[in-house]
Amino acid sequence: MRDLPSRIIVFFRRNWYLAIIGLLILLWLAGRYRESPLLFWQFIVDGLRLGFVYALIALGYTMVYGIVRLINFAHGDVFMVGSYTAYFATTRYQWGFLPAMALAVGVCAFLGVVIERVAYKPLRDAPRIAALITAIGVSFFLEYFTALDFVFTPNFINYTPLPLKITTWEVRGITFSNIMLLIIAVTTACLVLLWYIVYRTKLGKAMRAVAWDKETALLMGINVDLVITSTFAIGSGLAGIGGMLYVLAYPQIRTFLGVMPGLKAFIAAVFGGIGSIPGALIGSLVIGMVEMLAQGYLSSPMRDAIVFSVLIIVLLYRPTGLFGEAAREKA
Amino acid sequence: MTALLEVNDLHVFYGAIHALQGISFHMDEGEIVTLIGANGAGKSTTLKTISGLLRPRQGNILFQDRDLTKVSAPKIVSLGIVHVPEGRKIFAPLTVRENLEMGAYSRSDAKEIRASMQQVFASFPRLQERLSQPGGTLSGGEQQMLAMGRGLMANPKLLLLDEPSMGLAPLLVEEIFRIIVEINAQGTSILLVEQNAAMALSIADRAYVLETGTVALEGPAAELLENPQVKAAYLGR
Ligand SMILES: Nc1ncnc2c1ncn2[C@@H]1O[C@H](COP(=O)(O)OP(=O)(O)O)[C@@H](O)[C@H]1O
Ligand SMILES: [Mg+2]
Repeated sequence: MRDLPSRIIVFFRRNWYLAIIGLLILLWLAGRYRESPLLFWQFIVDGLRLGFVYALIALGYTMVYGIVRLINFAHGDVFMVGSYTAYFATTRYQWGFLPAMALAVGVCAFLGVVIERVAYKPLRDAPRIAALITAIGVSFFLEYFTALDFVFTPNFINYTPLPLKITTWEVRGITFSNIMLLIIAVTTACLVLLWYIVYRTKLGKAMRAVAWDKETALLMGINVDLVITSTFAIGSGLAGIGGMLYVLAYPQIRTFLGVMPGLKAFIAAVFGGIGSIPGALIGSLVIGMVEMLAQGYLSSPMRDAIVFSVLIIVLLYRPTGLFGEAAREKA
Repeated sequence: MTALLEVNDLHVFYGAIHALQGISFHMDEGEIVTLIGANGAGKSTTLKTISGLLRPRQGNILFQDRDLTKVSAPKIVSLGIVHVPEGRKIFAPLTVRENLEMGAYSRSDAKEIRASMQQVFASFPRLQERLSQPGGTLSGGEQQMLAMGRGLMANPKLLLLDEPSMGLAPLLVEEIFRIIVEINAQGTSILLVEQNAAMALSIADRAYVLETGTVALEGPAAELLENPQVKAAYLGR
């Protein structure tokens, strides 16, 4: 396998018109940058804040896809449940920040496991399209069910008071906030922990073995069902953390809150190469920055339009994304 | 003495395809038994049914007098039956060491696992040199060694080997068969499935010849080696 830079060169040589468009965009950005470097860096910083939240969602998409080849479209809604859980814990029940986060992880992990057991496991050997449609169904179910009066009431919420005081600093004219640092720190910690689990623990190695070949994993004595369930639990738990952090940064809570971040994180995971954990991180950071640049220099509606065009371009020209393997070789 | 493994009147289907049509055989402890037969005869299907990947529609499988037909695949491994599948099925992205660790998944005593790994290295010194390499980067012969080593990591009583010589150069085939005999000498019973009937019969105690899902012939391996039918159909002489 060739290294990334030479693969990028080959890709653009083959798709030279994309290279030209990309170059024009870079030129245009350079122009904007010269007008006001400060503004540019502010957008980048805001984009990173958003991207680190996306990463927490994208990891779940990518892990679940890696192991059961399913785009879990309900994942964004699990994220939303994490937001509500954190909100109710910190405001109504006055829990502290960390206990609330732990609760969000627990609730979301449990929800993820229930979804897997009830909706996806019976379809594991069915055509993937059946599972995909079911995932969309589960997503709608969560969005509308949680909107019922007896579930999350009220369900249009402004998150006040936040469980921590927002402080902002200016460093050379660029504004940073403690929320942003918190998001980066927590996401980084989650990534390190996840890396440790996947590469250093028995469960993680079994996850990689199951992702590669379920039948042979069974022959090793691996309890494949349990490994798949654990993957859903971990991915959903990360979404719970993401849900909490997201509403700290964007404190409006509603039951459709997970839809857009869910889609964006999905795009980030595809862009990075679905199934790849580093891809999910890089993809998320890039998508976050692209969004903030588009919003800052163009307009809010353009922000979504551009991100969705990224999805279309990736699917057209490189469906395996940045780090995705082309049809993998099985011995 | 009761048999180690007893397979009785096994019928297995793939949808409407009746792949095993009443297979029966047995193995005693310490034996090397080989199943030979043409492509599509049902050899792999038989192994997959023993290891719990497939369920029979009829018949049973007794391992040390315990019926396996309702036992889950992971549980069968912990009972002491390990299946090294056709085509090696290495976990390509996992390192050689991790592949071996997966073989020991059903065990928990770290010290015993390390001891097993040392034994595997004694049989397959080449694996030790490649420990941190991804399994997918090994050559075909090395992958076969890894597949067998991985199987041995579970410390099996009965090892099911599906075409270990497939696609290997003659010199490697001999090495693999030598190691199979060695593993057997250390007390592991072996059920060997092979296309290379001559080699298989030369190391086996007894053999069964499968034809389209049934047992066509059976007997001591040495006898089958001289059997004119077997010679004509499977030994290419
Ligand atoms: N997954 C499958 N689906 C349908 N038919 C199968 C499948 N696997 C094997 N068969 C059929 O079952 C029969 C036995 O196959 P198999 O056990 O693989 O034979 P062998 O290992 O002796 O070459 C063959 O006719 C084969 O075509
Ligand atoms: Mg076969």
